[in-house]
Formats: sequence, structure tokens, C-alpha cells
Amino acid sequence: MTAPVLEVRRIHKVYDGHGRTVEAIRDLSFGCAAGELVCIVGPSGAGKTTLLKCVAGLIAPTSGEVVLGGARVDGPPPGMAVVFQDYGRSLFPWLTAWRNVALPLEQRGLPRAEVRRLVDAALGEVGLAEAHAAYPWQLSGGMQQRVAIARAIAYQPTILLMDEPFAAVDAQTRAELEDLTLGLWRRHGVTILFVTHDIDEAVYMAQRVVILSSSPTVVLEDLAIDLGAERDQLATRSSPRFAELRGRVYEQIQRAKQARGAGGPP
Amino acid sequence: MTASLRRVALAVALPGLLFALWWIASDDSVSFYLPPLRRIVAAFGPTWSPRWASHVAPSIARLVIGYAGAVVLGVGLGVPLGGRPRLRAALEPVLELARALPPPALVPVFMLLFGIGTAMKLLVIVSGAVWPVLLNTIEGVRAVDDVLADTCRCYGITGATRLRVLVLRAASPQIVTGMRQALSIAIILMVISEMFASSSGLGYAIIDFQRGFSIPEMWSGVILLGVLGFAMSIGFRVFEARVLRWYHAQRRVRGEP
Repeated sequence: MTAPVLEVRRIHKVYDGHGRTVEAIRDLSFGCAAGELVCIVGPSGAGKTTLLKCVAGLIAPTSGEVVLGGARVDGPPPGMAVVFQDYGRSLFPWLTAWRNVALPLEQRGLPRAEVRRLVDAALGEVGLAEAHAAYPWQLSGGMQQRVAIARAIAYQPTILLMDEPFAAVDAQTRAELEDLTLGLWRRHGVTILFVTHDIDEAVYMAQRVVILSSSPTVVLEDLAIDLGAERDQLATRSSPRFAELRGRVYEQIQRAKQARGAGGPP
Repeated sequence: MTASLRRVALAVALPGLLFALWWIASDDSVSFYLPPLRRIVAAFGPTWSPRWASHVAPSIARLVIGYAGAVVLGVGLGVPLGGRPRLRAALEPVLELARALPPPALVPVFMLLFGIGTAMKLLVIVSGAVWPVLLNTIEGVRAVDDVLADTCRCYGITGATRLRVLVLRAASPQIVTGMRQALSIAIILMVISEMFASSSGLGYAIIDFQRGFSIPEMWSGVILLGVLGFAMSIGFRVFEARVLRWYHAQRRVRGEP
């Protein structure tokens, strides 16, 4: 394995406020090698979003550190793009799809022609070449999330964080977006950290699945997914190995839930 | 195009009808104080064409400058206050107190401090019209979506671009609401400021006609004020439709009223 581009080292996060403290993350460590696609999966309320926000530099962990490309993260790092779950709230409703994708590049000070080239290419790659002039609210949920993905790709990040990006779209759109993301990952060689609560999605997408416990969160298992580089919605999902891995993850998550139910931490 | 024509027709229809009623009902009036509308209309041209430069234009200029000042000040203070909870908490009691003062009560104070010139009149307009803009801007900036704010942070959108693309745009529905309220306040205060120790302006002219028992002329001034306010609100609607196109269209798509 190549040297990790992202390292999460003993992250601990306690939310403190209104006279009560909530321990969201107890102790989390894992790494992502360059070009790897890692899925974080855990029961709902496992602090997945908290973890992602720590990695993104949007909130600071109480202790521990996130290291990206050798540098400690203490604010959103420059080579990182994020796709949020809530596409309806992460696109600017007053800007067209094209301007939404272009804005971070313009802010970076890229020449106009370069911005145009990158934005056109990214929108083309997500299948929205015809939707340049549309506003987000004129697009379906799946298409809005495509715009958000195009914005991330056009930004040319070294690492792409995705926070339950397909949780709010219907099943068919979801399968399309999964394959779209896998295609982009293969073509661009970007490292992807993909957070989801969907076990099937995690196993289908990932090269490695990091299984989290219930809150306060620890890593239950760091599971390699040996399904090969090529994935196919039909063939991969019906293979015996897929079922096996899926069963393994499912078991761990059930155990995590039961541990909480049986008088574990509240 | 036809849809906007229909909207204009609707906006003009009821005022037109009310004027027609006034015309008919007042036609045989012999009251000195309530002259027939046709006499008021007949007085309109002779009254205002010689006074356009001396009374109407200065009023409109003061209104526009005072209103613009109130908007700039309200948005300029509202953005930092909306974005900083501690600053807001510290200043809120002062703001509540200052807002509670009726601006006409400040006219004598401003007269003492700034004389009876244009500066005083502008200050009266600004001191009253700034509040709805300021308070609505604070609310609008407070309510900027945190996912959108996180998006900006992740993509390095900071500083002036953040202000222009995120903060002001996200708060624009509230800011525009405040601006609409401020517009009517500004017109009222323009008239009031001209009624005190003034020698020009619409407010002064109306008072002057009333004192000289030029009743049709006085009424024509009142009508001119009404037309002015009406024209401004139409102009404002055009502005609002343009600035908030995305907002209204988004609400329609989402099926909100």
C-alpha cells in the first residue's frame, strides 16, 4: 500500500454546550491511500457527519488530528472538495448550474478560458452538458447532485469527501450516481472518502469499508473489499463474494446497535 | 409580455375607479374645503409646472438620497451585526431603544444640531427609514444556510466574493422586504421634514397652499404626492421582480405560496 494521503489519528470529539456534553466520537483512526475509494459506514447517529466535518476542517476535533498530504488540517484544506448530502442547500439557487461550478475556480484566480474548459468538461462528464443555463431549482434532485459532483470534479481536488451524497434520491438515480462516481474516480485517480449508512452502497463502491460503532464512535473493523476494480450493478451485486462481504458488514452494524441497546453508552 | 400588461392593468384599475367615483361624487360640491375634482385637476398643471424645479425636484432628490443613504447604512450595519452573534447581543438593547423613537420627534433635535437645511431633512429620512432595512438585513444574514456557508468555506470562497455571492444574495429576500417598508417611511418623512421650517419642497408647498386658502392647489399637491408614491412602488416592484427572480421562481417550483 502506498503512503496514506489522508490520515485520521485518534480523533476524539465532544460537543459541549447548554450545560451538557455529548461525546460524539470516542477514538477514531484510519487512513486513505492515494487514489483509494474508502467508504465509512455506520449506524445512524454514529457521528459520521461529525467525522467528515473534522476531516474537511469545518470543525476542530477535541483531540487527535487529521493529516492530509503531510499537513495537519486546521481549516478547509485547498486540495479538497466536498459533496454534501443536502444538494438543495449546497448549490447557490441564485446562480445557474454553470456559474455554480465555475465560482470556486474563478475564486482561485484561474484564467477565464481555463475556467470555461474545466466547467464545460465537468458538466459534460456528469451528463449535464445541456443544462448550463438552468438554475438548481429547475433541475431534479439527481441532476442537482450531479451539478454538485461536477463542481467538485472541476475543482481538481486531491481528495473528494462525500457525505451521504445519494441518501435523498430515488433508487434508480442512486444506482446511476454510484456508477457515475465510480467512473469519475477511475478516470481522475482522485482519492474519495465516501460516508454512507447504506451497507450495500458501501460494499459496492469501496475498496475498503471502515465500519463505525454507535456513538461514542470507534472503528469496529477496517474491511478490504476484494471485488476487483470494475463494478457492475447487476454482476457485482449478485456475486457470492458481494453477499459475503455485505453479510459481514451487516453483522458488525447489528452488533453495534445491540451493544447500544444493551445498556451501552447512551 | 401580456401577463405583465395584465398586471399593470390590474394595478391601475382600482385607483382609476376610485378617482372616477371621486370625480362624480364631488362634481357639484360647493364646499370650500372639498372642491370638485375637476377644479383640482384643472389647478394641477398651472400649480406644478412653474414649481417643478423649485419644489418637486428638490423633494424627489432628498427622497432618493435619503432613501439610498438609509439602505446603504442599514445593509452596511446589518451584515456585520447579522454575522456576529456577540456584537448583536451587545447592541440589541440600544437598537431597540433607538428604533422606538418616532423620527418626527427628532426633527426639532436635528434642527438644533444641523440647522434647517438639506442635511437636517436627509437625516430625518435616514433616521426613520434605516430601521426596517437594518433589522431585516440582520435577520436575513443570520439565516444564511449553514450548508451553503460550509460549501463556501470548503471551496475557499471568502472575503468580498463571499459577501457578494453568499451573504447579500442569501439575505436579499429579507433585505428587499426591509427596503419596501423603508420606502413608504422615507416618503412620509420627506413630507414631514419639509413641513418644518422649510422654503421648498412638496411638504412645504402643501402647507403653504393650506395657509393661503388655495384649497384646489393644496389638494393637487396631495394628489401629486400620491402619484409619486404610487410610481415609486411600481418602480420598486420592477426592481424586486428582477433581483428576486430566483427566489420567487424557486418558491413556485417548491409549491410554496
